[in-house]
Amino acid sequence: MSTASSSVVSDQFPAGLRVLVVDDDPTCLKILEKMLRTCLYEVTKSNRAELALDMLRDKRNIFDIVISDVHMPDMDGFKLLEQVGLEMDLPVIMMSADDSKHVVMKGVTHGACDYLIKPVRIEALKNIWQHVVRKRKNGWKEIEQSGSVDEGDRQQKPSEDVDYSSSANEGNWRSSKRRKDEEDEADDRDDSSTLKKPRVVWSVELHQQFVAAVNQLGIDKAVPKKILELMNVPGLTRENVASHLQKYRLYLRRLSGVSQHSCNSFISPQDASYGPLSPLNGLDLQTFAATGHIPAQSLATLQAAGLSRSTAKSGMPMPLVEQRNLFSFDNAKLRFGDGQPQHMNSGKQMNLLHGIPTNMEPKQLVNLHHSAQSLGGMNMQVSPHGGHNGQSSSILMQMSQPQARGQILNETTGGQVARLPTSTGQPILSNGIAGGVLARNGIVENGRAGYNQVPQTSSMLNFPLNHAPELPGNSFPLGSSPGISAITSKGGFHEDANSDIKGSAGFIQSYDIFNDLQQHKPNGWELQNVGVGVGLTFDASQHSNSLRSNIDVAPSVLINQSYSSSQRNGQNSNATVTGKAIFSVGEGIEHRNNGQNVGQHMNNLLGDNSMRIKTERVPDTIFQPALFPQHFGQEDLMSALLKQQQDGIGPAENEFDFDGYPLDNIPV
Amino acid sequence: MERNQSRRQLAVMRQSLFDQGYLDEQFIQLEELQDDANPNFVEEVVTLYYRDSARLVTSIEQALRDKSPLDFNKLDSYMHQFKGSSSSIGAKKVKAESTQFREYCRAGNGEGCLRTFQQLKKEYTTLKKKLEGYYQLARQAGPNEIACRPK
Repeated sequence: MSTASSSVVSDQFPAGLRVLVVDDDPTCLKILEKMLRTCLYEVTKSNRAELALDMLRDKRNIFDIVISDVHMPDMDGFKLLEQVGLEMDLPVIMMSADDSKHVVMKGVTHGACDYLIKPVRIEALKNIWQHVVRKRKNGWKEIEQSGSVDEGDRQQKPSEDVDYSSSANEGNWRSSKRRKDEEDEADDRDDSSTLKKPRVVWSVELHQQFVAAVNQLGIDKAVPKKILELMNVPGLTRENVASHLQKYRLYLRRLSGVSQHSCNSFISPQDASYGPLSPLNGLDLQTFAATGHIPAQSLATLQAAGLSRSTAKSGMPMPLVEQRNLFSFDNAKLRFGDGQPQHMNSGKQMNLLHGIPTNMEPKQLVNLHHSAQSLGGMNMQVSPHGGHNGQSSSILMQMSQPQARGQILNETTGGQVARLPTSTGQPILSNGIAGGVLARNGIVENGRAGYNQVPQTSSMLNFPLNHAPELPGNSFPLGSSPGISAITSKGGFHEDANSDIKGSAGFIQSYDIFNDLQQHKPNGWELQNVGVGVGLTFDASQHSNSLRSNIDVAPSVLINQSYSSSQRNGQNSNATVTGKAIFSVGEGIEHRNNGQNVGQHMNNLLGDNSMRIKTERVPDTIFQPALFPQHFGQEDLMSALLKQQQDGIGPAENEFDFDGYPLDNIPV
Repeated sequence: MERNQSRRQLAVMRQSLFDQGYLDEQFIQLEELQDDANPNFVEEVVTLYYRDSARLVTSIEQALRDKSPLDFNKLDSYMHQFKGSSSSIGAKKVKAESTQFREYCRAGNGEGCLRTFQQLKKEYTTLKKKLEGYYQLARQAGPNEIACRPK
């Protein structure tokens, strides 16, 4: 994995991509093998799907991507596709001489990242590495990606806000593959259920009912039939429940996987603080999630671990992504369930922020913080989601739109962009999805950023994590109370964050930054913005409330993020968002080191985003100093922010406003 | 001199395969894949194709012999595999016949299937002979020139 991920950024990248080709036709297999080798990929071939699956199970992570024929005697290519998606979530490319639309559609709906028509041409194979990169960038979200697409459509319809999470679920479920132990259940749905039957929309309420039923039965004993009986929802079939259960289990499994990863990463960092986290690792996240009793802290730690991990690895996008996803899930849920309350808060915060520019009062700041927290939760979600980002973002967007708070939401979601630009808020709403994406990027960036300032990064992560944990617990189990818990946790978060920071440094720093900013008011705002952009924004805001003192560290964290993002980010939007946030912070920050850092981050983000502009700057700032000390010009930051906004969000103006705001307010 | 002549003859023969529609650009793709590591790659692939597809042809023949009633799904499945292989080596005419065959399968046209299959076998065999002759000549032209990709 590490090699692969590092190779992503290396000059030779596509070379050495580990490809597993599965085709029962020896002629095609021979040709494909040769073509792939000509592309300098590392090729493993199998003429039987069962064998291929065994290989994948035996040595996971040894393959970066799978190319499979559709028609094979021993196992339908789509089943292999499902299995792979369910068990290892590798990108799978389907191929067939059959170019009929329904078969291609089937491949897409089963989660294939591409569909090649035979004869396959080498030109098509030269680009398959993009799926690997995309998968890593989006993290495990890809599975849910189909869902996000749906969400995208739905987002356009305000009334369907609630459905976002559900849609995400749908996507997951759709693409999710059945597990071995669920083979019998899988048979029920098989292709027909996934393809032809009208999909059940797993609304938040429905999912809550589902989770409640699962919890009542116990995750290990929950079977579709009993769940269905407990849920007692007319129209819902056992197949619907079975597939949703699979998806849910998959989610839990991933969650646990992430936590483990994070634990490892923590350990590697050598941070004393990590120690505590390790226990968490041992714990099954799934269980927690299932129970709905996952302590925010634990989650935070897990996240932090993940973050640290990522940082430690520096190159490992995957872990980060996963974490993100987890978070995003939680966030999404929270949003929905708690969403309104939070939104309200956030909305207020938004207002405050708006006002802040001119008159930042302590109270307002506090509110902002709160809102920020709530927003942070949102942001966190977004970033974690990566894949889910779109959903969360959209959700946020929706939320924000309806209410004046919307802006706040936007900020959070859009995060980053939104905040800076408070005014941008509305635009952001539309951009919501993009924002989400940005958030994702930000996360990734954070993870990546980890490199030097791992500790800092981790602190950032912690924050998000905290939010996420709360969210997850709520959302998963029922999704109803997430918001509240999240809020409560927020208070605690600050503290946690601090502690985390110590342990994971990275997160803490971020928070600190925020805090500092808050203290400085102007700075605080900036930081918040930044945090938001990064996905950490939320945290920052919270921190600012509780932590004003730590701000300095945060900048570094931000910087890290930005670095990472710039380097690896594929998702420009996220980066941009972050960048914006950072920028806004930047002004305030400029005064402080943090501000500078933020600015850098922003730049980085921008760069990542695509935003060519910022990237350039970023490198300079970031590289030069140790993050903290670096003094990025506000102008640069601003420009970066603007650029970012333009690129991703568009409303550069807002960002600028924010910047201005922070300064004014900062006086407090 | 003799060698150059063989090479020229080889080039002409190759070109005629394209001109007469036996091969398409996929075959060129294969030729382009041929390198020092696999100097006989195309020939190997062609050999593999004929060895493996022979069983499919046999299977289809048997399925067509079971007149009552024809299992079009089975036939279509066989032909799908056959088409996948054929298209992968750039056997243009064979691929066209297999496409036609599948259309008849879908239409439930047994007569069409039988007729098309006869035509398919003819193209399949013709191409095999032509390619065999081509590679035989290539070998005569000299080891170093074997199936080099004439541009």
